[in-house]
Amino acid sequence: MSLTRDEVEHVALLARLALSPDEVERMRTELASILAQVAILNEVDTSHISPSASVLPLDTVMGDDDPRPSLTVDQVLSNAPAAEDGQFRVPAILEE
Amino acid sequence: MNATDVAHLTAHAAADLLRRRELSSLELTNAVLEQIERRDGEVHAYVHLAADLAREQAREADRRLAEGDAGPLCGIPYGLKDSISAAGLPLTCGSKILRGYVPPYDATATARLKDAGAVLLGMLNMDEFGMGSSTEFSSYGPTRNPRDVSRVPGGSSGGSAAAVAADEAIFALGEDTGGSVRTPAAFCGVVGLKPSYGRISRYGLVAYGSSLDQIGPLTKDVRDAALVLGAIAGHDPSDSTSLPWPVPDYTAHLEDGIKGVRLGVPTEYFGEGIDPAVASTVRAAIDRLAALGAEVGEVSMPHTRYALAAYYVIAPAEASANLARYDGVKYGISDRSGPDIWEMFARTREAGFGAEVKRRIMIGTYALSSGYYDAYYLKAQQVRTLVKQDFDRAFERFDALVGPTCPTVAFPIGDKTDDPVSMYLTDVLTVPINCAGVPALVVPCGESDGLPVGMQLIGPAGGEEALLRLGYAFEQSGGKR
Repeated sequence: MSLTRDEVEHVALLARLALSPDEVERMRTELASILAQVAILNEVDTSHISPSASVLPLDTVMGDDDPRPSLTVDQVLSNAPAAEDGQFRVPAILEE
Repeated sequence: MNATDVAHLTAHAAADLLRRRELSSLELTNAVLEQIERRDGEVHAYVHLAADLAREQAREADRRLAEGDAGPLCGIPYGLKDSISAAGLPLTCGSKILRGYVPPYDATATARLKDAGAVLLGMLNMDEFGMGSSTEFSSYGPTRNPRDVSRVPGGSSGGSAAAVAADEAIFALGEDTGGSVRTPAAFCGVVGLKPSYGRISRYGLVAYGSSLDQIGPLTKDVRDAALVLGAIAGHDPSDSTSLPWPVPDYTAHLEDGIKGVRLGVPTEYFGEGIDPAVASTVRAAIDRLAALGAEVGEVSMPHTRYALAAYYVIAPAEASANLARYDGVKYGISDRSGPDIWEMFARTREAGFGAEVKRRIMIGTYALSSGYYDAYYLKAQQVRTLVKQDFDRAFERFDALVGPTCPTVAFPIGDKTDDPVSMYLTDVLTVPINCAGVPALVVPCGESDGLPVGMQLIGPAGGEEALLRLGYAFEQSGGKR
């Protein structure tokens, strides 16, 4: 099992991680060794086995559509790195 | 009784003294705070101590006790893993990325302990976001094992187990995704319970692997585990995965004995990689359970060796989605030195997450990415089905299963931090239980080289009562704590 630097950089982009060149190289070998361990899953015949996303003996749970109190805007924004006029403030997303 | 003896009390013994007015909650809380002062410089269980708030709660608990309006946990000081929200107390999950975050609301488990009158001391150290088996992967420095401070306490709820073992809390809550309550309980020599998935609300618990995560108590004895479970278990409309099952009095049948209980010993749990001294200590404990009346038999769990690989796909996949929320917008740190919002996301996450968290986000993202989804994520979920079927079959013949918790005793600090795969092997006997969603109770069962060994008792979903009865019978047969 081996990975290229391009593959690692592609995954880092998907994960929104700005890895340094050293980290890309370290990740390349570490991910490969973890994936090599995971490869033992291929020894198991799962051709007629359905996947388990959950172990719960529950179907989709529906809540009552009743309005109830929630956090105030001030509470929600109390941890924001930057806020303005009752909103989260972030760097520009769209060009002018 | 001096302060050290007071801090050493179990919750139920302290509750008896509180009810008889032979001890006040303030005295008890001060005794534990003194013990923290004495030990925590070395152990480093706490990442945030709220001493003044604790004394205030203790005075309130004393008022309730005086009025006779008090359950068994009223006035008992405890600590929370740093991933379980308490309104107004800083919460970091052991991560730099959440530095400065103060939750505006209580987790349901925290709220239920508050209603019960328990006294919150502070937040306990953990591997960052629960990702680790030793509490070395905390951005705030490692916790040390109170039994031997050159060794790890286990993880990820290492602060919770170390606090209880060092009498720096009467009990603690941890959280267990792949062994994070049970491994530290075993390594530190305390009792730890991973309840059935859905038994305790996850509302206000910071998510790691949502289909696996479960809050659980770490305590000084089995009766305390039953008391704490009873206080926090039950359905919660705020968590649609919490089970609508009734909550029994978990202490009611503790003393009923274990005569005729059918106990299965999974052959694979004593296989390759298990330290022979750990195996023989657990075997001796099983002999004691047999002498107490349990009917012991062997059982095969053929997919045990695949559970670890399935777990190390499923948990990182879920984590990579759950941790997408840390983006520098809503809370925690935010690096805005770049030109646009995309750079803010990437630089904040690069600066805020530690190496192990980045590794798991990368593995999870890879396993979910286009072209690899079927080969890794779907395959792992299919193997999860087979792991669960092993348990279903075993519980047709047995009331409970028993084996070691970890392959070794607590290892030296620094031993495995550079080798992710060897760290993951610590979890080989704990992750199958999370994959299947069943409960497991860890009870100290002896020592190897002077370090604690924990026996793991595993039951079918909803089977906590029988596990507590087994653990209690074993503990009582070994004499006083």
